[in-house]
Amino acid sequence: MSAETYAVETRQLTRRFGKRVAVDHLDLHVRAGELYGFLGPNGAGKSTTLRMLCGILEPSEGGGTVLGIDLVAEPERIKSVIGYMSQKFSLYDELTVDENLTFYARVYEVPRAQRAARLAQMVQLADLSGRESQIAGTLSGGYRQRLALACALVHSPRLIFLDEPTAGVDPVSRRNFWGLIRRLADQGTTIIVTTHYMDEAELCDSLGFIYQGRLIAQGSPATIKTETFRRPVVEVEVDDLRRASDLLADWDAVEEVVRIGTRLRVVLGSEHATAADVGGFLSRAGLPPRWVHEVEPSVEDLFVSFVDKERKARLREQLRALELNTPLPPGERAG
Amino acid sequence: MGSRLLGIIAKEFIHLRRDMFALVLALAVPVAMLFIFGWAINTDVKHVPTAVFEQSGSAEARSFLDAMTNTQYFDILYWVSSHTELARLIDKGTAKVGVVIPPDFGRQLSRQAADIQVIVDASDPLVATSAVNAAAAIGAQRSLQIITRTVEGASVGRQGEPPPLDVRVRAWYNPDLVSAIFIVPGLIGALLMQTTITAMAVSVVREREKGTLEALIVSPIRRWELLLGKIIPNLVVAYGQMTMALLVAHYVFDVPIRGSLPLLYVLAMSFMLGTLGIGIFLSAVSRTVPQAMQLTFLTFLPSIYLSGLLFPIEGMPVVAQYLSALIPLTYFLRIVRGIVLKGVGFSYLWPSLVPLLIFGATIFTLAVLKFRKTLD
Repeated sequence: MSAETYAVETRQLTRRFGKRVAVDHLDLHVRAGELYGFLGPNGAGKSTTLRMLCGILEPSEGGGTVLGIDLVAEPERIKSVIGYMSQKFSLYDELTVDENLTFYARVYEVPRAQRAARLAQMVQLADLSGRESQIAGTLSGGYRQRLALACALVHSPRLIFLDEPTAGVDPVSRRNFWGLIRRLADQGTTIIVTTHYMDEAELCDSLGFIYQGRLIAQGSPATIKTETFRRPVVEVEVDDLRRASDLLADWDAVEEVVRIGTRLRVVLGSEHATAADVGGFLSRAGLPPRWVHEVEPSVEDLFVSFVDKERKARLREQLRALELNTPLPPGERAG
Repeated sequence: MGSRLLGIIAKEFIHLRRDMFALVLALAVPVAMLFIFGWAINTDVKHVPTAVFEQSGSAEARSFLDAMTNTQYFDILYWVSSHTELARLIDKGTAKVGVVIPPDFGRQLSRQAADIQVIVDASDPLVATSAVNAAAAIGAQRSLQIITRTVEGASVGRQGEPPPLDVRVRAWYNPDLVSAIFIVPGLIGALLMQTTITAMAVSVVREREKGTLEALIVSPIRRWELLLGKIIPNLVVAYGQMTMALLVAHYVFDVPIRGSLPLLYVLAMSFMLGTLGIGIFLSAVSRTVPQAMQLTFLTFLPSIYLSGLLFPIEGMPVVAQYLSALIPLTYFLRIVRGIVLKGVGFSYLWPSLVPLLIFGATIFTLAVLKFRKTLD
């Protein structure tokens, strides 16, 4: 197969469930060898998109290619060339590390002659040396997560889908895991990862943000920040947070005000506005801030800026709830 | 064999080996079931505590009561002296049967019309039926003897000849009329049903609960490979249990095995086609393992009671008889009992095989279609 520029490319990819449009004319472009972050709140259409890309759900309209294979015409062929890891980790708890890997090697038809070498390589990659005969159910979170990744990689796919791979895993394991997938991407594997953690989004080469079935932003984090966003973000500490928040929200220069702990985060509408403007405004209103500073916009700020004013608060709330509440109970994920 | 199918089968066997609890259960349950049903369920009730109100003091009464005791159906434990006392014993449940012999029993008998009252506590119908039948049989037998004697007295010269009517009953296949011999072979059917349905449903639903089914759906595994990979280990366990049950039946319960075992093993497949189908169907509609278990139980109950496993179909109301014709276990019981107890061959068994195959093919196909749908 020729080296395609895009590992995944969709044209007007759409999926309806009855009247509801879960995925709405999506044009997705994921370059080969890229670490692509696919983001969005629950119910935005992330999972539905992934299922179509994995060849297990037929699009209602539009189409696309995955590693050059048409996802409408040959969904079965896609299944054997991609890897997939879900947040449930999909491990057999009664089986050992080796047995889990062997099972997936058989399922993905890794040739017998290559199996032993492949398994050893995967044990190495997942840092599971010495634990080959350990029962998977007794592994701790970080190890389970890496074993699940190893199982998804056992047939050396050129593209893997990671569906919320870090949900419910401790921060140290989360960081290690991202180090691992970063290396994989650098070695040429295309990785499409969904996450709720905005700090993880920063580590991706490219981001796609889906909201209400539509792709509302796509590009590298830097590009989105410098070219599309271009709004100063200011954080303020002030005595009467509520009154300050109300006043700022009504001020024309302000696009959005969010309360974060003991501070207010203010997204300004104009590229040229500064922290001093905000300080001055509050002082004039009789609420001199104790502390006011311009901060780096977060990925969350970027995405929220793409939706209408009335939807901003709700989207912020959704994104925040996700970071706090993961993992979600099984079966309640939608989208 | 394809690597994917092999993968599933190998994994299922590892599950089985690791899950010692399930394995022990799989092998112990048939044995336990045989013992419980084989020993505890005894539909011929013997040694029923009996109270007697004997008012005649005659030799004829004595002889009648001896005859009752000799059948072993009645244990005469209480001798009472009033109707009230008799009624009290039966009310209390101390005696299940009361026999009232009238004061003029001896005289009545010589005039050829004697009344003996037998009161039966019919709150337990099984006891009642046994007692009533036994008492009636004794009555009939005694009457016959008396008539014979009278006739003999009238016509001199026929001395020593047998009574004019002598009914000899031959109980074929089970001469001692032991319940266990009837019930135990049937249990093999119940057992296969239990295993194939539960194990099939649970092994799929457990994967759904744990999230591994999601990974299998995304993998290149075909649905038929997934199903077959689960069916094959299931059949191995089922046949293992069947063998275990046959061994216990034969060596512990003295159940004769008169027919061809290979034939039994082959025909069992036709039965399991349907039960596996039910298992697959339940796996498609259940979200959790407890749900699957409850649904299994629901299919199990009517099969136990309506198939003729414990109670004869002939004794059921007409509606229940129609229902029993819709239950696969009914047909399989005929096959098991036919082969094990009667030693009959295929030519006698095909009328039971045909409905099994029709049922099996239908439910299996529907289940697989339903299963495919739930995976999408």
